[in-house]
Amino acid sequence: MTTAVTNKEVKEKVQREKSNFKKADFIKVDRKDAKLALAHLYVAFTALLLGGLAGLLQVFVRSGAFKLPFGIGYYQVLTVHGVLLGLILTTFFIMGFQFAAVSRTAGTLSNTQRKLGWLGFWLMTIGTIAAATMVLLNEASVLYTFYAPLKAHWIFYAGLALVVVGSWIEGLTQILRYAQWRKENKGETSPLLAFMSVVNSLMWFVASLGVAIEVLFQLLPWSLGFVERIDVLLSRTLFWYFGHALVYFWLLPAYMIWYVVIPKVIGGKLFSDALARLSFMLFLLFSIPVGVHHQLTEPGIDGFWKFLQVVLTFFVVVPSLMTAFSMFATFETRGRELGGKGVMGWFKQLPWKDSRFLVPFIGMVAFIPGGAGGIVNASYQMNQLIHNTIWVTGHFHLTVATAVVLTYFGASFWLIPHLTGRKLTDRINSLANTAGILWAVGMFIMSGAMHIAGLLGAPRRSEYSTYGGSEQATEWITYQFAQAIGGTILFIAILLIVGVVINLLWFAPKGEEEFPVAEAASGSSRTPAILENFKVWGVILVALILIAYTFPIIDIISNSPAGSTGFKFW
Amino acid sequence: MHVHKYEKWWLTFGTATLISFLIIIGVTAFHAGAHPNNSKWTIDYEKVDQIAPFDNPGVHKVENKDWDYEVVLVASAFSYNPMEIELPVGSKVRFIATTKDVIHGFEVAGTNINMMLEPGYVSELVTTVDKIGEFTIVCNEYCGMGHAMMYSTLKVVDADDNSSH
Repeated sequence: MTTAVTNKEVKEKVQREKSNFKKADFIKVDRKDAKLALAHLYVAFTALLLGGLAGLLQVFVRSGAFKLPFGIGYYQVLTVHGVLLGLILTTFFIMGFQFAAVSRTAGTLSNTQRKLGWLGFWLMTIGTIAAATMVLLNEASVLYTFYAPLKAHWIFYAGLALVVVGSWIEGLTQILRYAQWRKENKGETSPLLAFMSVVNSLMWFVASLGVAIEVLFQLLPWSLGFVERIDVLLSRTLFWYFGHALVYFWLLPAYMIWYVVIPKVIGGKLFSDALARLSFMLFLLFSIPVGVHHQLTEPGIDGFWKFLQVVLTFFVVVPSLMTAFSMFATFETRGRELGGKGVMGWFKQLPWKDSRFLVPFIGMVAFIPGGAGGIVNASYQMNQLIHNTIWVTGHFHLTVATAVVLTYFGASFWLIPHLTGRKLTDRINSLANTAGILWAVGMFIMSGAMHIAGLLGAPRRSEYSTYGGSEQATEWITYQFAQAIGGTILFIAILLIVGVVINLLWFAPKGEEEFPVAEAASGSSRTPAILENFKVWGVILVALILIAYTFPIIDIISNSPAGSTGFKFW
Repeated sequence: MHVHKYEKWWLTFGTATLISFLIIIGVTAFHAGAHPNNSKWTIDYEKVDQIAPFDNPGVHKVENKDWDYEVVLVASAFSYNPMEIELPVGSKVRFIATTKDVIHGFEVAGTNINMMLEPGYVSELVTTVDKIGEFTIVCNEYCGMGHAMMYSTLKVVDADDNSSH
């Protein structure tokens, strides 16, 4: 084999690439934009610590061996966990990351844009504090889905509305910067990360219209006492119009990192700019007209419309398969460049000791069973076996609480030092890797136990109970013990992550850390302009939403029973 | 737009699998009639106790219907009425349930009998109970402080036992 590459040659090549990189102009996020992005990360990681602590308390309570002190309620703690991790950590991290990504790739924000960004940030933060206060006062133990007719204090709903409005302003700011770039660079393909941020902001805007209508026109007037009754099914349908797109809103920033950042971290190229854009547009289309698959076992919605939305839900399989292919193609190409031989030899060549790669990679692996479980959940009939069992909790702890957040963490390991002008040291890098591995172990135990217990019928969102000494419940409690063990390991991992973040914010040595953005491979063809034509995709999106939702909503309203008064059962 | 050859195969295979999967679900639903609860029956949730059949919760044997038994069940914070349901194995049953206050769940643990109960709506499911045993019925939608205390029991018993007593 004359073409064989020796190890020495490989090392030299890597060395060369490294020095080339140092010479190359190092694009940094503007300092003022960095402050805006960092502000979001402070809130996000505070939410991680507090929400994680709430999670730890929950698994302890459910093991049956621990009772909450000071009259704190289980469902109060559960509300804290869901709101802080599901809504606050995610939204703040996403907006902070997208600001940095837009500023890095489309250019520094204008002063007006940055002011809008800060306005959004403060609205979101005030909203968070308002909602959190109501939860702590035990005025809002309604969980993060706040289903009527359980009625929380109006300030809780108003606080969440402020979070949404703040995030709209921030998304709009990113769209404005992108539009400015397009105007200044007519006819050119826009920077991929900026484009992806815009798609995600756009999806967020269209989706959160549903929950905004629910809060402004139903929950607020009702909790303020202006109206006595609420249409429960309509409020749930509006919530889930938003709720499934919400999970893609969490996921797409992870995809941005997978598509654009990770290839650069491992020293490779972007697999395909066009396919990445196409996959984002498909996510946009199939994010919203699918929410009814969360309502399959509910009365009042016709089977035909449920089934139609099931079909639309499943089309997300296509962009998911595209993403999986891109990822592994990138890995294999790079591994072979580095001298990997045979069917799997390239696999060993990947930079396993680099936390910027390893931690998101663990997330990608978790997304495979996570996605498979999602197929079960959305299946029209199979849903009946697992609906509202702890299987579902196990499912989204693999998807959002592993695939998504480990990717966010992996990005934070370069994003935070990039923004603070510090460096990720070897010691902190290995601490970050340890956290990632602990996360994988803890989640395997906890989520695995949740999946099995769920198949056996254990309900989600329920305090410790023997259900009158039932034999089935006794079986579930064994798995709840396993959940407590997994949950404890996860909490240790959270502490490590928070330690790493604190180091990178204030203590790591000064230096320069790269914001990795992969370039297209040489010789790749030009991206078709249609992929950036938001009018075309917008029209398809609106059409799909109208097809999927017009009849069900008319049906719900015209057949609706008298509304419900509010209840405070906690 | 250039698409790699292997990626074309991968996507073709994936999409074909997806379509066959959807066809299976669709045929099972619309040909074999396997739907989850899709009931459109509405009710005044504040007067449930006075409205038939909920004025008489329990197990009722019925004649001349597509099913042998009707199980009428009322959920409220934080209990079910009746507390116990007994059915002979192999019987075809129509579960009819509703709530008097907030949203509750009706899940026969370890089976695919699982429906949401929402104020103002009656939920229905027709199924055959084909496994002998004692099944815990749990509320699987958070309904307040006593949510985890809310349960009932479904006993599926040998049909011969019933007749011989």
